[in-house]
Amino acid sequence: MSAVSATSRDLARQDAKRPGVANSNAARLFWLLVGVAVLLAVLLASIAIGSKDIPIGTVIDALFAYDDSDDHAIVQALRLPRTALGVTVGMALGMAGALIQALTRNPLADPGILGVNAGAAFFVVLAVGLFGITSVGGYVWFAFLGAIVTTLVVYGIGSAGRGGATPVRLTLAGVATAAVLTGISSAISLLDPETFDRMRHWRAGSLVTPGFEALFAVLPFVAVGLAIALLMARPLNAVALGDDLASALGADILRTRIGVVVATTLLAGAATAAAGPIGFVGLMVPHVSRWIVGPDQRWIFAYTAVLAPTLLLASDIVGRVVMRPGELQVGIVTAFVGAPVLILLARRRKVSGL
Amino acid sequence: MSAIDFGRPVRAVRLFGDAVSHRLDVRTVAVCLALAALALVVALVTLASGDFQVALADVAGALLGQAEGRIRMVVLEWRLPRTALAVLLGAALGLAGAIFQSLTRNPLGSPDIIGFDAGAYTGALVIITLVGGGYFAVAGGALLGGLLTAALVYVLAYRRGVQGFRLIIVGIGVSAMLTSLNTWMLLRAKLEVAMAAAIWGAGSLNGMTLERLGYAGLILAVLVPLALAMSRPMAQLELGDDAARAMGVNAERSRLALLVVGVALTATVTATAGPIGFVALAAPQLARRLTGSAGVAMLPAAAMGALLLVSADYLAQRAFAPTQLPVGIVTVSLGGVYFAWLLLHEARRQ
Repeated sequence: MSAVSATSRDLARQDAKRPGVANSNAARLFWLLVGVAVLLAVLLASIAIGSKDIPIGTVIDALFAYDDSDDHAIVQALRLPRTALGVTVGMALGMAGALIQALTRNPLADPGILGVNAGAAFFVVLAVGLFGITSVGGYVWFAFLGAIVTTLVVYGIGSAGRGGATPVRLTLAGVATAAVLTGISSAISLLDPETFDRMRHWRAGSLVTPGFEALFAVLPFVAVGLAIALLMARPLNAVALGDDLASALGADILRTRIGVVVATTLLAGAATAAAGPIGFVGLMVPHVSRWIVGPDQRWIFAYTAVLAPTLLLASDIVGRVVMRPGELQVGIVTAFVGAPVLILLARRRKVSGL
Repeated sequence: MSAIDFGRPVRAVRLFGDAVSHRLDVRTVAVCLALAALALVVALVTLASGDFQVALADVAGALLGQAEGRIRMVVLEWRLPRTALAVLLGAALGLAGAIFQSLTRNPLGSPDIIGFDAGAYTGALVIITLVGGGYFAVAGGALLGGLLTAALVYVLAYRRGVQGFRLIIVGIGVSAMLTSLNTWMLLRAKLEVAMAAAIWGAGSLNGMTLERLGYAGLILAVLVPLALAMSRPMAQLELGDDAARAMGVNAERSRLALLVVGVALTATVTATAGPIGFVALAAPQLARRLTGSAGVAMLPAAAMGALLLVSADYLAQRAFAPTQLPVGIVTVSLGGVYFAWLLLHEARRQ
């Protein structure tokens, strides 16, 4: 009898341990602050490190006492916008991933699943190949429009019929739509060398940006997306229990789904429009956050908002350093950082489920 | 009063007394024959059409060896290798798709999941952009890259046996890494070289010769019977490892054997024509719907694959004539449309 109760007590203790590595709110807050400190350090490093060696003193002067020298110009006109774009895009990608993973209850879902990347690429191909648009400022709007239209189509296909937009159907609709668009995109780009040339650069995913044009174009959308995301944290906690239980708890399933899809589209669409398709940040960071803090979406969102820009900026710095004086596009670096993590996760016995 | 349901009509075939016997499902046989006939018709039409139109009767004559001069050259030397390869490679892709979907018990399973296509593209890119070489060097590089990748994915996914879900995830991870490596190599190459590589990467049947048809035909003549011979253990593995073992199937060994044959089929296709997407994904599912069977089966999938690829190739040649699209672009687009249709169709039926 006592043996049985001891076992059940052990089980209960194990169960209490499972939520996350940091299992009290104090610990979670502490590690969040550590995360913020790391983000600040990476931010500084991103401004200080580049293919041209600029002493740290000069970098600080460039920020606070600008004197129009070459070094100062590099910092102000190239590295500062690049870093700001990195923070914005990183946060947007991470939050989009956290949202879509919570909605589909699939720990391996990625914002690309709703066809955002394929849709953005398709519209950029149209812009370049058919309308001859070549400025980055012009791409941004096409990419964004493509992301939104594609998500609408995917949601339309996925929600047809009585079952409504279940996660599985959304995923399949996303795969199908992405396939069609990718096929047509490559047909158009293979017919014309110049379009092909621009697309191969866009596809790599890069934060390099002359000035703040791209950043300011997408910033309002990222802000709205983040605001919606924060409102969704609580209902998503209920959705994690299953649709029936969530409705019983008073969560509005339909409104939550629509809110999440809108926020994901705004965030992922804006990020892809500004920087091209960058993979794995949206997949990996929410996953790591869940591993640290357990299943509460409010904490997951907070951690994701800090860790995702950290990861993206760090990858960008690595891309600048490894092939000096050349650069490796950040989208390529994130794939090389992210894929091994994904494989490790798959080899672990249990993925931090939802 | 309703009739008694005896299940699906089945005929038994016995050869050499009772030495060889096999039960044939009537509907499956009918579907296979119909698909094969359709593929043949599309192939004949493809052989007949082009800048130089040939009458169907002349095409038949040329195939039977009764044509002379120009018609003989156009039909047999220019068009036949491409069309025959479309049929053969389509069937191989259908078979490979059936194997992978059965192994992973996942209708979205296809050879791409084990990273083969991405790895083959990497191998081809290394040859095209760094080393430089002709058709056979590229085919060799693709083969090596694809096989190494498939082996790597298998090893990484191995943990006291290979489980379908883990195989898929590891495949996604490795493919993503290789894909970004491919992007990078394309970026560093000169524009013309990069475009040639991208056309290869889309999967194209342009410029096929009788010689290539010969090589691919020889390899497939070995692989296809091997695959078909394993259709019985494959069906039993679908019941789960325990049930399969109870029926006397060595689960892990059969799975590895099926995996090797599936990869070899894909490798043959990729080495010949580049990675052609979606046929392996769609063919087994389409065939399953037509035959109304419980699981995916090899022969109907092969017939469907042949029909799909030969039709896609007709479109690739004629849609934007005289510009010839890579056939892979057509298969991917059509496959996606089919997929979306399937979703809508199933939604309406609910």
